[in-house]
Amino acid sequence: MSQEKQHISSYTSHFVVLITLIILTGISVAVTRVEMGPLNTLVAMIIAGAKASVVLAWFMHLKFDNKLFAIFTALVLVIFLLVLYVTFFDYSYR
Amino acid sequence: MSETNTTNQHVSFLKYQGKYKGLLGWILSTDHKRVGLLYLYTMLVFFSTAAILGLLMKLELIAPGMTIMGPQTYNAMFTVHGIIMIFIIVVPGLPAVFGNFFLPLMIGAKDVAFPRLNLLSWWVYVIGILTVLSSQFIGGWPDTGWTFYAPYSFRTPVNILPALFGAFILGFSSILTGINFIVTMHRMRCPGMTWFKMPLFPWTLYATAWIQVLATPVIGITLLLTVMERVMGVGIFNPAMGGDPILYQHLFWIYSHPAVYIMILPGMGVISEILPVFSRKRIYGYKAIVLSSLAIAFVGYFVWGHHMFTSGMSGRALYAFSFLTFLVAIPSAIKVFNWVSTMYKGSLNLQTPFYWAVSFIFVFMIGGLTGLVLGSLATNVHVHDTHFVVAHFHFIVFGGTGFSFMAALHYWFPKMFGRMYDRTWANTGWVIFFSGFLTLYLPMFYLGILGMPRRYYDYLPEFHGGNIISSLGAIAMIAGILIVFVNLIRSSRHGEKVTEKNPWGGRTLEWQTDTPPTLENWETEPTVTEQPYEYK
Ligand SMILES: [Cu+2]
Repeated sequence: MSQEKQHISSYTSHFVVLITLIILTGISVAVTRVEMGPLNTLVAMIIAGAKASVVLAWFMHLKFDNKLFAIFTALVLVIFLLVLYVTFFDYSYR
Repeated sequence: MSETNTTNQHVSFLKYQGKYKGLLGWILSTDHKRVGLLYLYTMLVFFSTAAILGLLMKLELIAPGMTIMGPQTYNAMFTVHGIIMIFIIVVPGLPAVFGNFFLPLMIGAKDVAFPRLNLLSWWVYVIGILTVLSSQFIGGWPDTGWTFYAPYSFRTPVNILPALFGAFILGFSSILTGINFIVTMHRMRCPGMTWFKMPLFPWTLYATAWIQVLATPVIGITLLLTVMERVMGVGIFNPAMGGDPILYQHLFWIYSHPAVYIMILPGMGVISEILPVFSRKRIYGYKAIVLSSLAIAFVGYFVWGHHMFTSGMSGRALYAFSFLTFLVAIPSAIKVFNWVSTMYKGSLNLQTPFYWAVSFIFVFMIGGLTGLVLGSLATNVHVHDTHFVVAHFHFIVFGGTGFSFMAALHYWFPKMFGRMYDRTWANTGWVIFFSGFLTLYLPMFYLGILGMPRRYYDYLPEFHGGNIISSLGAIAMIAGILIVFVNLIRSSRHGEKVTEKNPWGGRTLEWQTDTPPTLENWETEPTVTEQPYEYK
């Protein structure tokens, strides 16, 4: 394991990640003022998902690591989304 | 492989003297085999406790009216029986005991990837158990049923918090085991052990590990939300505060249905190990079994709604969940077909592990087929919350996980302890257990169809006949368990010595090393060249 090359991110990239997260947080707060009914939840989830992806890709180095990890993470997200979809399949047709 | 000085000594892991002596040498050992046995001993104690609770409930039901306990005690009994059996026994069950002990051996590794994390998982497990048990001393036994449904969970006068916290902590133990196994299988397979040369028990552990890692956090969050509901009244599940009690059921079963596959998949793996060895034939459809395990793990995430058909879900969700539930029956049936085909024209060696394995298929079929009755919408409404469900559930969880656990124990026992059990007593125990099991649970299907509800300490007089048979069956089954346990415990100390590496003639790697294995399992790292079940 030790012979695998380490990727060291620069301060600039960390800073860009931070700014992106702050901007996205601002948007998710601002968007609550727009009345969209059930779509509000969807939008909030999409923004939160974008934030999580930024953290995973740059801050947690998924982008620079073995592709296998990215594939597994994606699969997990697919399962998570499907679970949410199936749950809301109940709520939206009650 | 630099530390050859310890591996070459041929000292069994049971006798190996590490940094600590006596009991400390066990509870602080990071050896995967000792950790597996720690789990085994802990489970033995708690399984016996919960089995006695079960027996007491059956004695209560032997006659209508109050027989030996009142309603509150009965409610507490089925709750504690459920919590112990589910969260302490069958969920960790096969992975924690046989996975820990045999996964590294079967893939040719020296240990799991994170031995310390492995030991930690046992400690977390013990802390979880103690937390659950502390409820006796702070506020009385929980009485909500092991499902902790809202609104019972926030309205019951007894203190449910220790049980909720305990189950929460036990979840962490499960996650640690899962992570450990995934990494072990990705990184520590010996040379030549490609994914499709891996034996089937590790494969099912792999599928299980992903469920452990991905589904367990959901129950953790759900239990914490229930704690918050009770302590702070946040109003997530309480309809009086705008919450939704059905949301609790969704969240609970999003974990607890996949948890059924945490329980049963490794059991299926064990059966897939035993049948080829005792049929002297290669397994039929290796890849089909592997893929069906992964398919069960995947589809199993999306069927949880079948526990909620009468809870007030939307009609469309009912159809969807019913359909998905029928889908998951397909990979299970593929496995049964493959097991039976493995035995076809084999040269059967009738030994105790084989008996347990074959009876597993029998009870698993009954459990699975009655599951279809519950999975279809119309019949579900009729038998919902009756003894039919209890019978189905015990056929799957006790019949599935329990029988495969016993099969595994009798199969790997000589390798684990370097001794053999008394085969006559082992077979006698199996016969009594198996007949007791059927006498106990089969009448429950009938009682359920007649309409006897579950979770009551009393019943109408017309249900009396079935209950007498069922309770007598319980007594027989407990007698069978006693014979099996006494035989195994006695034999682990005084049984006939086994020094042979491979007493059953198995082809997988765990049979190529010393009996019992040495501390680091191998003198020289094994190399694999052929498929796991090549009988010539
Ligand atoms: Cu289920």
